[in-house]
Amino acid sequence: MPITYTSNEQVEVYRFSIPVTIGVPLLALFVQAFLPLRFPRFAVYFDLPLLVTIFFAMARRSPVAGLFTGAVIGLAQDMLGHNPIGIYGIAKTIVGYGASSLGVKLDVENAGARLLVTLGFYLIHAAVYFTVARGLVNMTQTWSWPRGILAGLANAILGVALFFLLDKFKQRT
Amino acid sequence: MESVLGRYRNLVILVGVLFLQVLGLAMQVKRSGGTDAENTRLIRIWGVGAITPFERILVWAQNGTGNIWHNYFYLRGVRAENRQLKEQIEQMRLEQVRLSEDAAQARRLQTLLAFKEQFISRTVAAQVIGSSGSDLSRTVYIDKGENAGIKRDMAVMTADGIVGKVLIVYPSVSQVLLISDQSSGVGAILEKTRLQGVLRGTANGEVMLERVMSDEQVPVGETVLTSGGDQIFPKGLPVGTVTKVGKGKDLFLNIKIKPAANLSKLEEVLVLVENKERQATAEENVRVRAADILAQRLPSVPDKPATDANAAAATAEGSAKPAGAKTAAQPTGAATPATPSGKSPSGTSTVSGASGAGPEGKPAGAPAVKKNVAAPAGPATAPRPDATQTSPANEPPKPADSTAPTEPPPNPQPPANESGPQ
Repeated sequence: MPITYTSNEQVEVYRFSIPVTIGVPLLALFVQAFLPLRFPRFAVYFDLPLLVTIFFAMARRSPVAGLFTGAVIGLAQDMLGHNPIGIYGIAKTIVGYGASSLGVKLDVENAGARLLVTLGFYLIHAAVYFTVARGLVNMTQTWSWPRGILAGLANAILGVALFFLLDKFKQRT
Repeated sequence: MESVLGRYRNLVILVGVLFLQVLGLAMQVKRSGGTDAENTRLIRIWGVGAITPFERILVWAQNGTGNIWHNYFYLRGVRAENRQLKEQIEQMRLEQVRLSEDAAQARRLQTLLAFKEQFISRTVAAQVIGSSGSDLSRTVYIDKGENAGIKRDMAVMTADGIVGKVLIVYPSVSQVLLISDQSSGVGAILEKTRLQGVLRGTANGEVMLERVMSDEQVPVGETVLTSGGDQIFPKGLPVGTVTKVGKGKDLFLNIKIKPAANLSKLEEVLVLVENKERQATAEENVRVRAADILAQRLPSVPDKPATDANAAAATAEGSAKPAGAKTAAQPTGAATPATPSGKSPSGTSTVSGASGAGPEGKPAGAPAVKKNVAAPAGPATAPRPDATQTSPANEPPKPADSTAPTEPPPNPQPPANESGPQ
């Protein structure tokens, strides 16, 4: 398995230009809101803002930056729905923190690692969302492992492709 | 202490950010017991304001491209389609004539029953430009908002059926809660069995009809309509069809509904911006045959109580012979107590005349609802037990009655069609 443990000195930390930092999450939110009108199952299986959160968090390798990226993207995603604002925010904050913390420890530049990491974080995100929605907001939620794993795999595959595309915007520090 | 904070700085920040969000969530839930658009209006305006302009542009560009292609380039088969549509129009015209007759009859019956109708007097067409992007919040955005007269809780529908209601209104866009969302609720009624229930969405986007008792029989395929009980959707709009009926919990049935409108592929919708509730009135220009009026005044053989409803309806449609007067006895009985004196002075309008009012009929010079005013007028009405309820004593005879026979019936016994409630 190509996941390798790296020391803090070995990992490269990237940064992004302001247009990319703002534009890419906005574009992800826009596509996430628009595509379900044409492809109704898209919203069921894909979560583009989550993929963008994971990517930025892993590339920056800073837990604080990661958690704030997740919080902002998650809150923005909450704004588009009608549920209380903060459910996606909490879930993506945790994912952002986790992804950036993992990025510090592991080399997550190759496709295999990215596939596994995205799958894992998708499930974590779904679990946190489920817990918060059910426990705090009292929403009716049903947990389905097959659906979760299927959606996780779909996101992981899309994530690998998307991450390679977004790699082009990375800037070395 | 400082060293601990410094050592676990990242974790402390994470906990702090999470705590703030949980606090925000708790405040929203506590204030509204669910969602409250007003409390979170500003932050939502920012979010929606950042996303919807792009969606609007994209939908506009997409439609523009599609229109150019379809209207100027891709015209194959248009001539054949045009011919086919013309034939269809002819057929529909014939159908319209029949339906207008039925509608006129229905209006007269509703007048008798003093029904209040809701009329959709104004709608605004809107384009669906976006969604929430989450299967846990089944909402869409439309390109019309406060500026177009949209208000919260207005009903949204397509030609096929209801879609949802307006949840949040922004100046130029609105958020619509679909009927498949789990926080949605619509008063619904089954078309044939007339069972009422509440339409709700589920977590996985299905639409269920709740609150129908498990001892009721609900056939698969039955049409579901709005009941009007929610004060949002006017009564009688198509909702969907029953696809599955199962045993639910708490003595209620589990009825799965397939929505009439395709909720997953919405493009254009109508927002019902104005509903008017008004008393149903019969058309003023409905023609009444003199034979019908005469038939009502004549004594007739009382109906058997167990008259089959279908047979009665068939007879009522058939002609304006005295038989028509007899068959109308059932609706009249039900209608008599509720007939408003303002609309129908005698309050004893019968269905027989209505049913016999064919296009070939000679105009009697009076609206259908007034046509049998003369019959109960005068002393003839006195012996009738229901006359005191339905016909005000100070009601003047209608001038129109001059065209109809005004003699009191030779037999004080009321005809079958004018008897009281059965």
